[in-house]
Amino acid sequence: MRVDPYERAWMWASAVMIVAFVATIAYGAVTQSYHPPSHVETIDPKQVWSSPSFQPLGVVERADGSIEVRVIAHMFAFQKPEIEVPAGRRVTFRLSSVDVIHGFQIVGTNANTMVMPGYVSEFTTVFEKPGEYLIVCNEYCGLSHHVMHAKLIVTPRAR
Amino acid sequence: MTAREARLALAHLWFAVGAFGLAAMMGVMQGQSRANTALPFRSPKLFYLSVTAHGVLMALVFTTFFIMGLGYVLCRTTFDRPLVAPRLAWVSFWVAVAGTVAAAAMILLGKATVLYTFYPPLQAHPLFYIGATLLVVGSWGWGAVMLLNTRAWRREHPGAPLPLAMHGIVATVVVWYLATAGVAAEMLFLLIPWSLGLRETVDPVLARMLFWWFGHPLVYFWLLPAYVVWYAVLPRQAGGKLFSDSLGRVVFVLFILLSTPVGLHHQFLDPGISGDWKLAHTFATYAILFPSLVTAFTIVASLEIAGRMRGGTGLFGWIRRLPWDQPFFTAVALAILTFVVGGFGGMINAAYGMNAMIHNTAWVQGHFHLTVGTASALTFMGAAYWMWPRLTGKPLRLLALAKVQPYLWFVGMLIFSTVNHITGLLGMPRRVYDASYGGEPITHTWQDWTGLSALGGSILFVSAMSFVLVLVATAVGNARETDLSFEYSEALERPTARTTWDRLGLWTAVAVVLVLLAYAWPIWDLLQLERFGSRGFAVP
Repeated sequence: MRVDPYERAWMWASAVMIVAFVATIAYGAVTQSYHPPSHVETIDPKQVWSSPSFQPLGVVERADGSIEVRVIAHMFAFQKPEIEVPAGRRVTFRLSSVDVIHGFQIVGTNANTMVMPGYVSEFTTVFEKPGEYLIVCNEYCGLSHHVMHAKLIVTPRAR
Repeated sequence: MTAREARLALAHLWFAVGAFGLAAMMGVMQGQSRANTALPFRSPKLFYLSVTAHGVLMALVFTTFFIMGLGYVLCRTTFDRPLVAPRLAWVSFWVAVAGTVAAAAMILLGKATVLYTFYPPLQAHPLFYIGATLLVVGSWGWGAVMLLNTRAWRREHPGAPLPLAMHGIVATVVVWYLATAGVAAEMLFLLIPWSLGLRETVDPVLARMLFWWFGHPLVYFWLLPAYVVWYAVLPRQAGGKLFSDSLGRVVFVLFILLSTPVGLHHQFLDPGISGDWKLAHTFATYAILFPSLVTAFTIVASLEIAGRMRGGTGLFGWIRRLPWDQPFFTAVALAILTFVVGGFGGMINAAYGMNAMIHNTAWVQGHFHLTVGTASALTFMGAAYWMWPRLTGKPLRLLALAKVQPYLWFVGMLIFSTVNHITGLLGMPRRVYDASYGGEPITHTWQDWTGLSALGGSILFVSAMSFVLVLVATAVGNARETDLSFEYSEALERPTARTTWDRLGLWTAVAVVLVLLAYAWPIWDLLQLERFGSRGFAVP
């Protein structure tokens, strides 16, 4: 097949660009642990309210001193609706749904995950900036989807 | 084309245009609702119903019927032989119409307010799922007609490469068959029995995996017929020649290979799927940029040939010489321009790490209104301007309106889409009736923009109605057109013999292997878990 030299150069440039993009992503994933929340754990949606892994709800200090936040999503609220965590600490969120699919997005950060019935979503993050953050459900979950929200308060780190 | 064959194509195209007009009305109301305009009939129930209707009618009905109609025109006029299996074509049409009517009725009655992605465990009326399935079954029949005609032509032309337009349409059919296998499995094994009460629960992650097996190649089902128009019709109408026919063939083959094993990039934020599989699909998604980048070069080079043949000189002087007052040309050229921007946004969506910034925000609707909403839809509008006179035997009427309409779409979409990209980055979720969350302070940063988005939507609506009006006015006109032939681009170098890139059966076999590699293992992993299904939740 005859390919025009300019087009050939363009094709090489395109290929190099794509390889560069992919290499950047692979580098970030391998060395910086940039991963989307991909936790694999199942749970019976009928048992979530009483499950020991969601009792008590809200902010819990783990034995190793790290912070765990347990959230249950349901039509059309998050439990608990107000979460308070300190800035600068590693915070692990664990979430599940007792009815349909919901989203959990902390506006102004890259904390964002789907919350699915039958599964536990988990991600770990650090909030550097103290303040109040809006949490929204970003997956359509019924006719009152747009009222489903919660609040995250990040308190200044202790001196 | 005989009158009967033209009637077949027009039946599909008119049905598509009707769905488009209805969906455009839904769209303009959503833009206003999001901007909190006090419409008298504004309610959450109506809003989510209209989001469902807009998505289904635009993304599934308008596109599918238009592509079927366009396929018949391309098949009949590039092969230049009587259409094989016209009866199957008509049966397929009516099956698709029946399915669409059933699904649309359920949506309009408020029994299927599940949005066009219909994720369980939100549950719609069984007729919604059955209707949508019949629409797909009808399109399968269309695909079979395309393949039967291709076989008939090949028998009469042994050893000759297919006309490029039909090479692209066969690729479209293959992509569509590979894609719809996923959604067919979702419908037949999960959603239909579950909605009928024959199955108690479904697993939402498995359902989403099967949906996105279909959902991403669906975008190439929309895009490939647009590419066919860019390659096979645009250079001719612009007054030039196609820069490279052979690379066009390579491009369509690459889409056959890479369209499907990419769906997990829609599920980056799903639990229950390991990050390794998400990363693998990321790489495949980036690979599929390549055929689009090659297309960008070939098409721009073809337009440069046209501009220079029209007397343009200098580095950029040829651009001014292109027929910027011809409805077909402007619609398609502006669609291509928009796709460049949409493509860049798509790379961010597909980025394994960056996706979390924009997932399920308004950015996403900003993005796909550039791709399917403009690259495909505006190309189809241009294609309608090209086909209508040739199918009806009547010249385009309201020509001034037809000349302005593509520019209106372009400007309206630029406003709408830019604003949605911005509000998405500011954190505004997509698909919400009201984005004020009880007046939370951060929502003011995005609420200020929504009025502008509604303005863009209104311009788009005016453009959409102008498009429908031009076609209706043309159809009811009396004057006869003299030149009725469908003409296709000539390549600088016309291929004379078949090459490896023409062996579409072989490439399809490779594609099947790639789909299995990309999906068999992750689905197997999922099935190994102790999974708890979900019962259905009806939307009141």
